[in-house]
Formats: sequence, structure tokens, C-alpha cells
Amino acid sequence: MITSMREDLGLHADALMLRERRGAVLASNIANAATPHFKARDFDFAAELARATGAGGGPSLAVAGAGHIAATSLEAGPQGLGYRVPVSPSLDGNTVEIGVEQVQFAENTTDYQASLTLLNRRISGLMTAIRGE
Amino acid sequence: MSDLNNIFDVGARALSAQMVRLNTTASNIANAGSVSSTPEGAFRPLRPVFETVYAEAAGNSDLATTDVAGIVALDRAPTKQFRPGDPNADADGFVYQSTVNVDEEMVEMTDASRQYQNILDSLSTLRTLMSRTLSMGQ
Repeated sequence: MITSMREDLGLHADALMLRERRGAVLASNIANAATPHFKARDFDFAAELARATGAGGGPSLAVAGAGHIAATSLEAGPQGLGYRVPVSPSLDGNTVEIGVEQVQFAENTTDYQASLTLLNRRISGLMTAIRGE
Repeated sequence: MSDLNNIFDVGARALSAQMVRLNTTASNIANAGSVSSTPEGAFRPLRPVFETVYAEAAGNSDLATTDVAGIVALDRAPTKQFRPGDPNADADGFVYQSTVNVDEEMVEMTDASRQYQNILDSLSTLRTLMSRTLSMGQ
């Protein structure tokens, strides 16, 4: 029963976790805006979400025996992190462009709130079903 | 040394790095007009050297923050001025004035305070999101 509830929340829960991770990556970029030679990093949200939900490609482990546990997606980690291509390169080798980062950060925050709202609706829907009112 | 577990560690260390930068700028501006009786004793402008610190834990390697690797004194020759009446003047009546460029320091200070604000803003946004997530499903 618990697993089916988890599946019901599935996509939004994964999206929320990835949004949080992306927020941390973007905040790290903003924190390093003045560090020489720092390269701004980011990841492709759609590709990572597809990987997390097992819908897309990405690395997976083959199941060759009855005792093996199927791993459809590897745990979200450093994989998938790429480097941003700067619009105008700077002299100190830093590729953080604060305007770009702030826009991405704002977009990510809004999307996080959207995921959170959807998740909340889903939970309150489940609660209504459980109470049977 | 690298103990970077969450976004608050990132924020705290980046903020303190920017604070070091603001402090060195304040010292530079405070010493803009100071003179010395020897070229070696003259004040030289200070600059912090920033370096990136990445999280070492396996699950958290997305995180990266800024640390101050050290503070260097810029190698600028002090200006020699003829001020015979100055109590700091040497035997020939010369004093050596620090070569702080106040305009440059102002730009540095503005940049540091903007970045301090940026880091603080992103941190407080993430904190708000976290507290909203905590009250999920209520």
C-alpha cells in the first residue's frame, strides 16, 4: 500500500528533489561569482528527471539472477553536471555570469514552488480519499 | 577541512570570504593617506585570494563554496614625497606614502557588498523553500 502511495506521488516527489539539487548547484555558482577559475555548473533538468523516473536512457544495471535487485536509475549524484558556456568570457577564467545565474535561480525557485503545490494537492486529495468524507 | 554538507555551509563560508574582502578593503581605504619614513614601512594595499572548495562527500559533490586562501599585499612602490616638516620625514625630508587607489577600493567594496547580498538572498530563498517543504501535506 505504501509503495503504491509513493508511486502516486512519484513524479512530483522526484521533481522536487531534483529542483532542490539544482537550487544548491545554482547557489554554489552564485557563491563562487568572484573566485578566479571557477567554472559555473548546471544540469539538464528534463534529462535528469527522465533518468530519475526511469523513463529515459542513462546507465542502468542488468539483472542476471533471481537474487539481483533491479536498479533502474542510479542515485542522483554528480552525474549529469555540466559546465555553462559563458556569453562573454572574463579575464580571470570565471564563467559565472551573475545575471544568468539569478534568472535560472528564480526560474528554479518558481518551479520548486509549483512542484510543492502539486504535491500538496496530491496529498490533500489522498487525505480526502482516506477520510471518505 | 572540507566539511561541506548543505547549502548553509556553502552560504556561511562564501559570506565570510566576502566579509574578509570587505575588511581588507576597509583597511586599505583607512590607510590611503598614511605615510612612513622608509619605503619598506609604507602601507601596501591588501587583497584576499579566493579559492573554490568542493564538497568531498560522495552524495554532495554538487556543492561548491569560496574560501580565502590567503591575503597578499600588492607589490606597488610607495610614492616618495618631499615633506620636510612632517614628523615622519627621513633625514632628507622625504616621506613614503602608501599607494592605495581609492577609486579601485570603492569598486572592490561595491562588488563585495553586492555579492554578499546575492549570496544572502539566494540563501534566504532556499531557506523559505525548505520551511515550506517542512509543512508539506498540512
